[in-house]
Amino acid sequence: MSEVKSHISLKAQGNNFSEPDYQLELLHNAGLTPFRENLERSGLQSFATTGLDVFQVNVGKMCNQVCKHCHVDAGPDRKEIMTKETMLQVLNAISKSTCKTVDLTGGAPEMNPDFRWFVESLSILGCKIMVRSNLTILLANPKYHDLPEFFAKHKVEVISSLPYYSAGKTDAQRGEGVFGKSIEALKMLNEVGYGQENSGLTINLVYNPSGAFLPPDQNALERDFKDRLSRQYGIVFNNLFAITNLPISRYLSYLVASDNYNAYMEKLVNAFNPVAASNAMCRSMISVSWDGFLYDCDFNQMLDLKIASAKQHISDFDPTEFSGRNIIVSQHCYGCTAGAGSSCGGTTA
Amino acid sequence: METYYDPKDLKKFGKITEFQKELGEKYFEYYGAVFKDGALTKREKALIALAVAHAVQCPYCIDAYTEDSMEQGCDEEQMMEAVHVAAAIRGGASLVHGVQMMNKYKDLSM
Repeated sequence: MSEVKSHISLKAQGNNFSEPDYQLELLHNAGLTPFRENLERSGLQSFATTGLDVFQVNVGKMCNQVCKHCHVDAGPDRKEIMTKETMLQVLNAISKSTCKTVDLTGGAPEMNPDFRWFVESLSILGCKIMVRSNLTILLANPKYHDLPEFFAKHKVEVISSLPYYSAGKTDAQRGEGVFGKSIEALKMLNEVGYGQENSGLTINLVYNPSGAFLPPDQNALERDFKDRLSRQYGIVFNNLFAITNLPISRYLSYLVASDNYNAYMEKLVNAFNPVAASNAMCRSMISVSWDGFLYDCDFNQMLDLKIASAKQHISDFDPTEFSGRNIIVSQHCYGCTAGAGSSCGGTTA
Repeated sequence: METYYDPKDLKKFGKITEFQKELGEKYFEYYGAVFKDGALTKREKALIALAVAHAVQCPYCIDAYTEDSMEQGCDEEQMMEAVHVAAAIRGGASLVHGVQMMNKYKDLSM
């Protein structure tokens, strides 16, 4: 295997782990019970969507960080960015739908040049807007320094990764110095009201393991995070989401390189929880890629597993067409169904 | 290389019931109950187990409770402090017998 360089994307390195087919083949050939079989055994023969609660829009793969676990393989060298034209198609789709919750992700979504225009347009449509911000972007360039005020103005819910309440684990996963900058950014958000009681401004943090192990109990960890961040840094936040790392892209590459792949997959399969499967986020969301294609979730998007429909582009969005559609599953789906389950909003079971 | 300890044997722990079903099952039932959240949290119990694993020098237990402590949200600093607790008690257990030695020494001395 070629050496993994930590500051550029796998794609820019020409690394096999940036190729969906390579990843899917590796996952299929691991000799594990097919995910579909476990679904069937749990009475979920028909695994279809139950509604549409969230449009998750990936506005581009460009990011100021190169995190070791990133399933998007995002980084400064990724140039895939959603155009204003595609954003208009998303706005058009939302206006036709009863679903008015939009989850903006990336990369660093704020790096899309039309990000603010898009948020303002969504706000005019009356959408509840979530932004998955990596925090450090707020300090990366003076042009981003007023983002906390911008977010507050549009009542954007900010969701940010912070793998631990200390620098060691955070920096090991997200890059040198990220913890310190994240703390500064959280203080900026707190200052404009985020996380403060009765402010109506929500900042949720995301924990994901810095290694080849499963996340702890979400509630217990939230108590620890709140206690430590408040005592040491005077930081407040609303909820902590504990997320499992899915075996794709950079995290898959890490698992294989560190010889943890087989044990981790076995652990995920053994921890399969039918309740988590039944409540999986893919059952009530649609994921839109930077170029407007549609997927059941962001992970399927990165594996280029488009939705099971003749209409696979946001420009063809028709609300009736998309309800009750069969969800595309594969072996990576074990990541969302292990233990207490995992979704972009934390545990599911 | 053949050794007395094989990491793969940890996964076979449950098979001890093969030779004595009733006692084995009772043990695992008890074991499961011990590690549930109670007056102590799962996380506190994982750190105690990690410290004890080092005190009894069980390689299987060290592997198992390193992983469990990480999955309970502990970091390396907390885990190493737990190991130091084990070391302090083990060291203290030797040293406190120094008092016995001193007593005997004094008994035998002019």
